[in-house]
Amino acid sequence: MRAFLAIIARDVRLGLRAGGNIGTAIGFFLTVVVLLPIGIGPDMALLQRIAPGALWIALLLSILLSADRIYTADYEDGSLEVLSTGALPLELVALAKALAHWLIAGLPLAIIAPALGFLLNLELALAPMLLLAMATGSLALSLLASMGAAITVGLRKGGLLISLLILPLYIPLLIFGVSVTTGGSGGPDITWPSYLVLLAIVLLALVVSPLASAAALRAHLR
Amino acid sequence: MFNYLANPNRFLRLQGVVQPWLVALTVMVFAYALYLGLVVAPQDYQQGETVRIMFVHVPASVLGMGIYVFMALAHAFGFVLRHPLADAAAKVAAPIGAVFTLISLTTGSLWGKPMWGTWWVWDARLTSMFVLFLLYLGYIAVWQAVEDPRRAARIAGIVALVGVINVPIIKFSVDWWNTLHQPASLLRMDGPAIDPSILVPLLWNMGAFALLFITLLLYGLRTEVLARRVRQMELAQAGAAG
Repeated sequence: MRAFLAIIARDVRLGLRAGGNIGTAIGFFLTVVVLLPIGIGPDMALLQRIAPGALWIALLLSILLSADRIYTADYEDGSLEVLSTGALPLELVALAKALAHWLIAGLPLAIIAPALGFLLNLELALAPMLLLAMATGSLALSLLASMGAAITVGLRKGGLLISLLILPLYIPLLIFGVSVTTGGSGGPDITWPSYLVLLAIVLLALVVSPLASAAALRAHLR
Repeated sequence: MFNYLANPNRFLRLQGVVQPWLVALTVMVFAYALYLGLVVAPQDYQQGETVRIMFVHVPASVLGMGIYVFMALAHAFGFVLRHPLADAAAKVAAPIGAVFTLISLTTGSLWGKPMWGTWWVWDARLTSMFVLFLLYLGYIAVWQAVEDPRRAARIAGIVALVGVINVPIIKFSVDWWNTLHQPASLLRMDGPAIDPSILVPLLWNMGAFALLFITLLLYGLRTEVLARRVRQMELAQAGAAG
């Protein structure tokens, strides 16, 4: 357990100190949100309707952008090999690194998203649910992204391949994440059912992603 | 039988014997099935001649989905038993499955234009078929990106197995999303059960497509075994030279 927490602490510290990763991700997030009204026009009613979906897509892309860094540095300087021979199972190493990625790349974006929502004329009443759904959903996004990073570690064209592999798997999260905030409008209220399904997908990712990541890392390290 | 075929030489010999017969059978079944579908089967009273697109569309869709499951099963088989041909079978099946999925999407689009009045709708089934096509592309990209074939096999296996876990989730979520966006879809084929005059040609066409898949799969496996052998020889040559 101490080793597990030590890996998380190390990765978070590296993320905070080395080159301001959080700042870059937030900057990218902000840029996408600003580009959107420019692309589709400043119609406030339209923006209000698409705000949750637009924020979710910006979140997916921001998390994906930082994904290929999860294992690359450790793979190149050999510390991943050391970790794989340690007492801590590689599955838990993968889980720790995914959690660290969530803490430095997913959670800050989820927290800032409602604030950026006001740029898109997001309904004020929806902001708490959006925050909750994004904070939860981004954990699964980080877990899946770390799986993609493990699959493509050490490949030259890794960054593009991650997008192709992982974005289709993001579709369920996008659908349920958005319907948490838009489900209340018209028809039966599906806010909480959507949130529970979102939670179920997060739990599934919590199991599948470390197993798959560790298997992929073993294949690469052999 | 699978153990017997673990020796690539035996596989090549058997494939050599079976192949001409299989090709002949595929051609004959395909000819008969297309004759049934394009000539014998009656027009639909609503859809007219366009109903004949179904005889290509439905088998391609079924195989497009089935081949992905086949790939995952082959990889699972390969993980457990380390069968040398299991991963190769999945690798060879992937482009075939991708093409069937693409055929399903394009014929569906061609069928949609006269029937629904539009080339594409974000219907649940269309969307999940499209996502399936993306999964195929990702899987094929993994085989191309990883250079060492044994490592590529392991990693592609992980991708296929994770993908197959996700297919039902994606299907379910797209259904949910779709019912949310457009209730009372008129695109469902909930009508009366298919009449035998249509069903029999359809089944023949499915059989023909399945035979086509098996034939192409065995050809691809033969190529794959030979390509591996060439690679081994090149490595040995390079080793001897250096």
